[in-house]
Amino acid sequence: MIAHTIFFYVFSIIAVISAIMVTASKNTVHSVFFLILDFISISCLFIMIGAEFLGMIMLIVYVGAVAVLFLFVVMMLNVAQQKNQWFLSKSSSGHIPVGLIISAIIFFELIIVVGGWKYKPELISSNNLLQNNEISNTHSLGQVLYTDYIHIFQISGLILLVAMIGAIVLTFRQREGVKKQSYIKQISRERSEGVEVLEVASNKGVKIDD
Amino acid sequence: MESINIIFQEVYKILFLLVPVLVSVAMIVWLDRRVWAFVQKRQGPNVVGPFGLLQSLADALKYIFKEIIIPASSNKIIFILAPIITMTLALIAWAVIPFSENQVLSNINVGILYIFAVSSLGVYGIIMGGWASNSKYPFLGAIRSAAQMVSYEVSIGIIIINVLLCVGSLNLSDIVLAQQNMWFIIPLFPMFVIFFISALAETNRPPFDLPEAEAELVAGYQTEYSGMMYAMFWLGEYANILLMCALGSILFLGGWLSPIDLYPFNLIPGAIWLILKILLLFILFALVKAIVPRYRYDQLMRLGWKIFLPLSLTYVVLTASYLFYFNLLPVN
Repeated sequence: MIAHTIFFYVFSIIAVISAIMVTASKNTVHSVFFLILDFISISCLFIMIGAEFLGMIMLIVYVGAVAVLFLFVVMMLNVAQQKNQWFLSKSSSGHIPVGLIISAIIFFELIIVVGGWKYKPELISSNNLLQNNEISNTHSLGQVLYTDYIHIFQISGLILLVAMIGAIVLTFRQREGVKKQSYIKQISRERSEGVEVLEVASNKGVKIDD
Repeated sequence: MESINIIFQEVYKILFLLVPVLVSVAMIVWLDRRVWAFVQKRQGPNVVGPFGLLQSLADALKYIFKEIIIPASSNKIIFILAPIITMTLALIAWAVIPFSENQVLSNINVGILYIFAVSSLGVYGIIMGGWASNSKYPFLGAIRSAAQMVSYEVSIGIIIINVLLCVGSLNLSDIVLAQQNMWFIIPLFPMFVIFFISALAETNRPPFDLPEAEAELVAGYQTEYSGMMYAMFWLGEYANILLMCALGSILFLGGWLSPIDLYPFNLIPGAIWLILKILLLFILFALVKAIVPRYRYDQLMRLGWKIFLPLSLTYVVLTASYLFYFNLLPVN
């Protein structure tokens, strides 16, 4: 039990410190690395409370895929320079009150949720989420998701699909004059199309179109 | 006192797994070079020790005594962390590989997800190394490998779903035990082929070794590394290849099960069967390296997203409908 407590505090301290460092570090790439550290320690916390499936999925999805794309963008854009300039310029001062208001709203929402869960647990009943000890965490998650909440689950999948299609449509542009390789064309080429024997009249030459 | 004893026992167990893995990584490098040489009608490393078996040890000694050079304009902490992360991630994944019914370091419920998560973290070693070197070739290599590994993970994940549909459990021992009647390579043969090719791409092996394509990028993300740090990248890479071979033999080739459940074959311990299967897959890896020319980058991306992803998704639908129609779904 003592080991459990020690590990809990180690992981949560790492999580909090790295969360602070995400916003505090000057280099944006370092921020992303701290974000990854944060994700990893939070998934360790998930595993410690017995939600091993959630913890692993968190590692696979957030750390293995989402954060890689973050890193990609941050490394390519050289955001570090822009951020410093932005902080120094005067245009940034208008954004600070808005940020403060939004963070205050999120803070109060958290207080309401956590306080309600702590002091009035009957308001937020979660009877069908109670864990059955005989089956594993993964099984119980699957049973809840695919029976009681199947429609919501499917709808959220559809929303993600729409978002994906939207992102592709917004960023896709067809440029003129770009040479593309068509594999079907290349494979289905016959000798008769590829080779042509021409009678070349002297002093005239032939015109070969590309 | 009791808890210290338990800790020592666990450390013994971990060493008993890690030391053979590291030694076999060294041996596998020798095997790789030998197979490569035989395909090209050369001898390969055959001087140090019997058949040149100690060549890797000699190489390792050389790496240890070389000077570690850290570029002046690099980001030093991340530069040093990158090979350490690659090596660590390649080794911790072995914790869940079952060598026989009881020989497994930690028999966790979500073993396959654990391996998948660890191998998806492996890309960070490469990205960090490439970025921290603060040089163009490593950076290009890192970006290539990030795109490549993320894309091929998707198809590996869907292939794993195929296997899990037939098993009904995420535990690696359960996956092996589900293959007692028939190895999954028989019903899921197309998935095995796609898994093998995706594993080549996931571990940056030829013909998909674009992150370190020596003809274009010098050595890719490893360009600025030297001495022991380079050796750690290299060991991590080969440990990852072995891990992928182990995963392939557990998912498709029946893990520790013997091919025929008859008298003389039953006596051979399961660990030996698993090692033989891993070796078989590794020799295939080495042959592919010797035979197939390197892919172009856009061809690699096309293969991953436009061919493997639709194929494996279709196979998931097929497998699920077959299992559902014939009432074979594993329900517990």
